[in-house]
Amino acid sequence: MSTQDSEDRTIRCLVAKVGLDGHDRGAHVIARAFRDAGFEVIYSGLHKSPDEIVQAAVQEDVDALGISILSGAHNTLVPKIVEGLESYDAFEDTLVLVGGIIPDEDRDELYEMGVDGIFGPGSSMAETIEFVRENAPER
Amino acid sequence: MSDLIEELLAGKHRALARVISKIEDRGSGYRELVSQLHEHTGNATVVGITGSPGAGKSTLVDKMAETYRERGETVGVIAIDPSSPFSGGAVLGDRIRMASNVGDMDVFFRSMSARGTLGGLSTATTDAVKALDAFGKDRIIIETVGAGQNEVDIVGTADTVAVLVPPSSGDDVQMLKAGILEIGDVFIVNKADLDGADRTVQELKEMVHMRDASPLAGTAGHHGVETDAVGEQDEDDNGDDETWTPPIVETVAKTGEGVEPFLDTLVDHRAWLEASGELNAQRRDRYEEEIRRLLREGAGELIREEIERQGGLERYVDAIVAKETDPYAVTEELLAPLRESVRE
Repeated sequence: MSTQDSEDRTIRCLVAKVGLDGHDRGAHVIARAFRDAGFEVIYSGLHKSPDEIVQAAVQEDVDALGISILSGAHNTLVPKIVEGLESYDAFEDTLVLVGGIIPDEDRDELYEMGVDGIFGPGSSMAETIEFVRENAPER
Repeated sequence: MSDLIEELLAGKHRALARVISKIEDRGSGYRELVSQLHEHTGNATVVGITGSPGAGKSTLVDKMAETYRERGETVGVIAIDPSSPFSGGAVLGDRIRMASNVGDMDVFFRSMSARGTLGGLSTATTDAVKALDAFGKDRIIIETVGAGQNEVDIVGTADTVAVLVPPSSGDDVQMLKAGILEIGDVFIVNKADLDGADRTVQELKEMVHMRDASPLAGTAGHHGVETDAVGEQDEDDNGDDETWTPPIVETVAKTGEGVEPFLDTLVDHRAWLEASGELNAQRRDRYEEEIRRLLREGAGELIREEIERQGGLERYVDAIVAKETDPYAVTEELLAPLRESVRE
């Protein structure tokens, strides 16, 4: 139908909570803001393993994967997710974002792993949404 | 054949996911993709699960998928959630309940939102089912809130429709009168461990028998003189191949209780569909309806192009406001090229 051409296709996002961290207020806020921005948001629920996140991201064919980590385990969890995405040929065209508490000294390493954006406390919602809109992979 | 379809047929999950995205976006080229799928379809059984919010649909679907997997069968799930009429956005939360199938890629779970495209959702669902079927899934489950006509259409693409009813005051059974009762091939009273479940089962039984006795059902006289009309579902009910009386099963989806018997009734219904010739008749009807729907879409698109070619509707509206012409005359004029090619 021409009412929806590929130019303004709906952006799909997975908002993921991974590992043992049970704080999901931030993830909820992001999920709602994304929804209000017109995105389709799949929320993973709490305490997911990297495998589950990969499974969801691949099957749902999301444009953006937002991983919320407040436990400090990002250096072990994020690489597992990136590797998983790669094994399904899904890494190249998925925008990977990390939110939560990420110390400055860890940021470069995450970017090197293939994370496209890091949004910690104080990031503006509008900025995050704009980032997703502008960087959503071409398909 | 396109690379994407080739990869899908070869069993690549990412390709399946991408094909479904293309179907949802309905961008350029999606028609060619879907038409290549057709010859590879027809091997899966398709079950629609519907019921009010909170009835336990997602939890039941999770347990169904788990049981199928234990039997060595592969599963595809399409879960449809409403989208916001304001932003078009949606939070699709059914996936959270799929806890029993973690990390198992042979359960392909896909969330879809009702993107507000009128009638478009049933097209997208039908096509997504084709993709899962062509991929080689043995069992396909469509899950949706049965809240409106659109949703009723969606489950209508399934071979078997199961309606979930939570035990309660009877309000939910009341809701069923409004269009959902007619589409159920199986009724499930979920959360059967709660108070009121027995009563809900009884109420449903009465309604199902009333439905069967109704002249509208086309089966007048079927079980018309049966005295134990509200008795237990017995073998005889579906012993003949002529009619199907929807069984009422009780489940506790949370614990998985009653899921096996429910799956058995799905097998029974499937056997009845095949034996009665209903499956073929249903398929033919659906293909016919699909052609009509695609024709409407295609014709609508041609008309939009013609309007564009005429420079939009603005000047027609101006003329109508100035009473120089009227909407009917404008329509006649715009349809003229089409009419000429059809009637001459």
